[in-house]
Amino acid sequence: MLSFNSSNIASKTRTIGRRMFLLNSIKAVVLIGIFGRLATLQINQSTKYRSLADKNRFRETKFAAPRGIIEDFFGNEIASNTRIYQLHITPENTPDVDILLLRLKNLIDLSDKKITSIQKKISKQKRWETIIISDNLTWSEFSRLNLFLHELEGAQPVVSVARIYKDNSSAHAIGYVSEISPRDIRTKKYLKDINIAGIAIGKTGLESTLDEEMIGSPGFLRYEVNAYGKKIKQVSIEKGLKGKTFRTTLDSQVQIFSAKLLENVSGASCVMDIYNGDIISMVSSPAFNPNSFVHGINHQEWKGLLNDRDKPMINKAISGLYPPGSTIKTLTALSALENDVVSSKLVVKCKGFIDLHGERFHCWKKKGHGLVGMRTAIKQSCDVYFYEVSRKLGIDRLAATAKKFGLGEKVLEDYSEEKAGTVPNTKWKIKELGKNWYLGETLHSGIGQGYFLTTPLQLSLMTAQIANGGFKIKPRILIDENNKVSNLEKYLNHKNSTPGNVMPTNDQIFNFDLKPLFRNQENINLVKDAMFAATNEIGGTSYRSRHKNKNFMFAGKTGSSQIKRFTQEQRELEVKQSEISYLERDHAWFVAFAPVNNPRYAISVLVEHGGSGSKAAAPLASKIIKKVLERHQNRISQTDQTKGNVS
Amino acid sequence: MMYNRSIIHSPFSIRSKIFGLDLSLLFSILLLGIISIFAQFSSSGGVFDYYSKSHAIRFCVFFILFLIVSFTPIRFWHSTSFIIFTSLLLLLIFVKFYGIQSQGSRRWVNLFVINLQPSELMKIGIILFLSNYYHKISEGDVNKIRFLLYPVIAILAPFILVLSQPDLGTAILILLSGIAVTWLAGVRWKIFAYLSLLAIVTAPIAISFLKPYQKSRILTFLNPDSDPLGAGYQIIQSKIAIGSGGIFGKGFLNGTQAYLNFLPEKHTDFIFTLYSEEFGFVGSIFMVFLYFFITYRIIQIGNNTRSIFGKLYCFGFANAFFIYVAVNMSMVLGLLPIVGAPLPILSYGGSSMLAIMFGLGIVMSCNVYKNSTVG
Repeated sequence: MLSFNSSNIASKTRTIGRRMFLLNSIKAVVLIGIFGRLATLQINQSTKYRSLADKNRFRETKFAAPRGIIEDFFGNEIASNTRIYQLHITPENTPDVDILLLRLKNLIDLSDKKITSIQKKISKQKRWETIIISDNLTWSEFSRLNLFLHELEGAQPVVSVARIYKDNSSAHAIGYVSEISPRDIRTKKYLKDINIAGIAIGKTGLESTLDEEMIGSPGFLRYEVNAYGKKIKQVSIEKGLKGKTFRTTLDSQVQIFSAKLLENVSGASCVMDIYNGDIISMVSSPAFNPNSFVHGINHQEWKGLLNDRDKPMINKAISGLYPPGSTIKTLTALSALENDVVSSKLVVKCKGFIDLHGERFHCWKKKGHGLVGMRTAIKQSCDVYFYEVSRKLGIDRLAATAKKFGLGEKVLEDYSEEKAGTVPNTKWKIKELGKNWYLGETLHSGIGQGYFLTTPLQLSLMTAQIANGGFKIKPRILIDENNKVSNLEKYLNHKNSTPGNVMPTNDQIFNFDLKPLFRNQENINLVKDAMFAATNEIGGTSYRSRHKNKNFMFAGKTGSSQIKRFTQEQRELEVKQSEISYLERDHAWFVAFAPVNNPRYAISVLVEHGGSGSKAAAPLASKIIKKVLERHQNRISQTDQTKGNVS
Repeated sequence: MMYNRSIIHSPFSIRSKIFGLDLSLLFSILLLGIISIFAQFSSSGGVFDYYSKSHAIRFCVFFILFLIVSFTPIRFWHSTSFIIFTSLLLLLIFVKFYGIQSQGSRRWVNLFVINLQPSELMKIGIILFLSNYYHKISEGDVNKIRFLLYPVIAILAPFILVLSQPDLGTAILILLSGIAVTWLAGVRWKIFAYLSLLAIVTAPIAISFLKPYQKSRILTFLNPDSDPLGAGYQIIQSKIAIGSGGIFGKGFLNGTQAYLNFLPEKHTDFIFTLYSEEFGFVGSIFMVFLYFFITYRIIQIGNNTRSIFGKLYCFGFANAFFIYVAVNMSMVLGLLPIVGAPLPILSYGGSSMLAIMFGLGIVMSCNVYKNSTVG
């Protein structure tokens, strides 16, 4: 044992004390460092770290808000939302997924193929992620599921909302919705922002055009997850904003009626209000079932639609292009009169054909019409008369009139699938085909054959603008919020409120700021009168389809657009349209306005390969006109009611 | 080694012993212990599970041990310090060959009641031994090569043994605790300067001997964002937890980072992170002050004790205690690389708590027997 004296201890104590002091100073510095660090993290940067912590623990899922509704003019829902029943499963909550799927197979419609694809999907995702087994169960399946739910651990019946269409009649006008595709996300910016997996978006028709407004603002489901991504609890839910509801000008009753009428043919019909351009009906046939697309169309049905000869997926009313046929004769006559090329008193002798520069141009009537004036020529649709008129008129003047009346351009602008068609002239031919215009082509164009291409909508607009006295209107299918009354309607109201007091045309135009398409309104009236004769006088092309009841009387013009020119042989044999093969038959047209005395509506009907306008198209148009006129009073009172609401 | 029998029959009465306790230190330890039980309870997600329960039991048991050690005369600890150190060294050697292996390292020895980690106890053992050693030799001998040899061996032997377990954190703490005592004893500046220089020069070589995970921890420390989901994950999540606590914290049992398992090792090394997330800057500062106060009390006891052994031990322990706290906090605050270093008392872990409570007990014993000489 060592001994110590007190001086040794004191000296050691001093050394220790001195050296400890230094270490304590270091401690103080370290302490300040830790304080500083705590202050930096917890005071200066706490906002940053709090948001990082929230980013760690919160996950959000977006879900689609209920889609906006599309209503008809009377507020009936054409495209609405319905409750649907879905089945979700969460693999984590299931003792054995395969056994569960097997049990479900006995309860709901679940194919082996579907089961395999579900199993594949489950193996790819996390065990706590929900998977949709079926997104559209029938009520009986759903109630059966709920009955056996206690045996189906992990299965989750869910009630959701999806699009439903009442019937197929407006399938083309309204369009359909279907699951979003990668291409949609690429091409449409608003979808990129919404970014909800599997959301149903508008693919065609108004559903597509109005998609951005109808889709609404998505809702949010915020929940907390742990470090492994497992959902711990739901934190908050934001319902999202329902999409905007749109009212259209369509009358669903007329839609259903027209669709039924056109059920067995391939074609289209279009009814328009001649004063405000409201499209009362726009039907294309055959239709498809838009509901098939909502939950994913099956391959077979889709293939069937694509391969159908009659092209059900195409909206023929706005995307189908057909030569206007004899319906253009109204414009040919008008153009000639307006340009003072011929007088209304021009008489031409029709012997069934004319020869021009060695080429023979036939009238549809082999024997010829004999001596015909303009009124008779329109009434009986004499081709030779219009060969003569268009020869004098020339293609460029005819084209100018046709363009003025809305041919050769997109008239509605609410549909991406709408086609402009073609109004040919000399410049057009050089530009598009690189060739000079031949006189023979003028003659063909004058009776609506050749390069002319129009849509049923364009022809109904043309007819409407003739029927309303020759004033420009803008077709519309959507009713804007202000529901603005067009100038022409104001004029109409004025005229109706002061019967017998006829205002001179120039005053009409000036007072109501109308846009006339004519130089002399007399010419328009002349064409209208001829159309009256074509339907309501013996020998008229649509005489057989006329209504005797004064209330339903209409005035119309038939037309048939040639698919293939008749050979000389066929002409000699007087081959009937019904005797040649379907795809070679002419398209049948009929355009009309009604009622004759005080017109309000214009209609166009097209029947693909229908043969002749008078036989195939006019009878259908006649029935639709009756239906539209029967609905007129309802429409007027609905209009008044809406106006009352607005003011 | 001989010692006087009279230390068993100490002249101090029970009453004077109790009055000899440093009450502020005692209550600080108790407070820390109570906070630690709540922190462990929160760490278990607000339930009294195995972890929180055994932590609470350990604290109670070791607190009693602390009192027993406190009332045992300082002379006894002085005279047994060499035996304690040697036994721990032997245990470390035993662990090296027969220890329980877990997660790639061999650190534990099975004592049937408890799986003991001798390396943790060695943190105290080295201080005891060196205090004893420098108590013995005269001041003039301190810097003689012959007298430097023993301390160097005494420090390096456990250091290398623990490092090879491998347990870098504890090894460094043993090294630092030992060096601090030699420094206090008066070893020349120059020697420390040379040693530091040597350490800097050999650092790259030493690093090349590190295990890959240890290397990646150092790299991660230098740039935590380089691998945010891998090695940097712990630092980033710890900083997020502490930072998101803000000034007043998220509240008891409301620490989302901990509760949702974003926080790694929340029972042990990152317990301060959990505490800091729930109690914020205010709570953290309180905790730092509590640790600092304990350190301060230990130094005060060292100042008041008469024996060189007592002084060296108290100062040495104060330094070690402060180093544990500073290293752990710096680590979770992203100021140091992640090395396994528990926070005294707060962290889960029997051996660590045993070592700390035992060490504190000897400090308290210094206070109770501050006027006695050790021989």
